Amino acid sequence: MIDVNVYLHRWPFRRVPGDEPEALVAKLRAAGVTQAWCGSFDALLHRDIAAVNSRLAVECRKFGPGFLEPFGAVNPTLPDWQDDIRRCQETHSMKGIRLHPNYHGYKLDDPRVVELLSAAAARKLLVQIAVTMEDERTQHPLVQVPHVDLAPLVAQLESLTALRVVVLNAFRGAKVDVVDKLASSRRAWFEIATKENVAGVEALVQQVGHERVLFGSYAPLFIHESAVWKLRESPLGGGQLEAIQTGNARQLIGAA
Amino acid sequence: MIWDLHCHLSGVTGRTPAERMGRLIEIADRVGIERLCFYMGMTWTKEPTPEDLQKQNDEVLEALQHYHDRAFGFCYVSGDHVEKSLSEIERCIAAGPMVGIKLWVAHHCNDPAIDPIIRRAAELKAVIYQHTWLKTDGTTYPGESSPYDLVELAKRHPRTPLILGHTGGQWELGIRAVRAYPNVSIDIAGSDPTAGLVEMAVRELGAERVIYGSDCGGRSFASQIAKVHGAEISEREKRLIFKENLKRMLMPILKAKNVQV
Ligand SMILES: [Zn+2]
Repeated sequence: MIDVNVYLHRWPFRRVPGDEPEALVAKLRAAGVTQAWCGSFDALLHRDIAAVNSRLAVECRKFGPGFLEPFGAVNPTLPDWQDDIRRCQETHSMKGIRLHPNYHGYKLDDPRVVELLSAAAARKLLVQIAVTMEDERTQHPLVQVPHVDLAPLVAQLESLTALRVVVLNAFRGAKVDVVDKLASSRRAWFEIATKENVAGVEALVQQVGHERVLFGSYAPLFIHESAVWKLRESPLGGGQLEAIQTGNARQLIGAA
Repeated sequence: MIWDLHCHLSGVTGRTPAERMGRLIEIADRVGIERLCFYMGMTWTKEPTPEDLQKQNDEVLEALQHYHDRAFGFCYVSGDHVEKSLSEIERCIAAGPMVGIKLWVAHHCNDPAIDPIIRRAAELKAVIYQHTWLKTDGTTYPGESSPYDLVELAKRHPRTPLILGHTGGQWELGIRAVRAYPNVSIDIAGSDPTAGLVEMAVRELGAERVIYGSDCGGRSFASQIAKVHGAEISEREKRLIFKENLKRMLMPILKAKNVQV
């Protein structure tokens, strides 16, 4: 099983069970995870993103090759962000990057985003975009962060034909018609951490097709069992379960 | 096995209450939920009229018809309509199969005007559930209660068990707000499966005051069950939260109604 939505380092607003990497890795392995794509919570608010990415790469390597796959952060509002993306690939051998447009204060129709997505596509880096990190109703009163509006991404996927995007934590904030349009590009994927409703994964498969759905837990901030039990809650037959758990993600990262 | 404190007929497909119930039971079976408590109908309004209350209770009664072995009903009442609420309690609980009351938004629960509802429910040994959501983003609904409102209610009725819906939304505040009031238990339903919620609740309140609920169909059973399954607490504490606490609260009225469980 490949978990495409995992974080290392510290959630800024509380300590979380499993926020030490050893505990997290033990939990993931016990659940049958064979690979986890990891970003960093430090990347949300730290501005020395190069140091965050270095720590992330070092931390991931400790647990053996290919188990924790680091996805470095790039913030296009920072000076010389272009060198962060270069380092992610050339120094840290990352397969992809993870963006937090809302915490970094830009919208996806920003001209810098086009440059960033073009650079990632040219390097064949996977791009993960996190729509929401916390229920807007419980956010710290001094740190109120809106959901990312994914609408501009539809046109970007049309013009950048090598771009592949994994949308994280989509379902509190993303509009249904935007999800449909992104799915029909066939170069956007969605993971299930924030998919709610009873038998929600079954509904998501009906909406976007099982080829577009990935297993993601948002551990350790979300309890890992949540995503695991969602697969039990929804009837997934005919190869759908294997595709969602492993096959789709393996294909994606294999091409990176 | 699991008893689910917090279920609705909304957020799930089906043209009738019975169809929706059938669908929910089918899904509940996949994740090991044995009993489900239902309240409110197929469509909601944030300021229900007396007729809305009656219609939504009718829908729950209809849904229960073929599932008395799996589901319980709570009577939907409102502080905006005390007389109608009291007559719905007589109809649905005293003379009907329901075993609890649900207070939602529209009227803050600190208002002493709702006391006759609380007193009558307590006389009937009905479980009393009050929705609460303390929000930082300014989207509070008219009359939506906070944990602080519930504390005022709890102080006026210190011997009546009350349930703090959604652990107050901002659970780190909700848990602290009710800590000193042992007649208040918390419902952990209807929020993201955030790690640490149940651990804090057990640490501060004791596992005996923590009750599992899902808020299905809008929520996934899986995400809510995971809050307990995945918590770093003992197996005994998990059993209390998943079933024993709710069963203990329901037993007096189930006995009075001669319901076998
Ligand atoms: Zn609810």
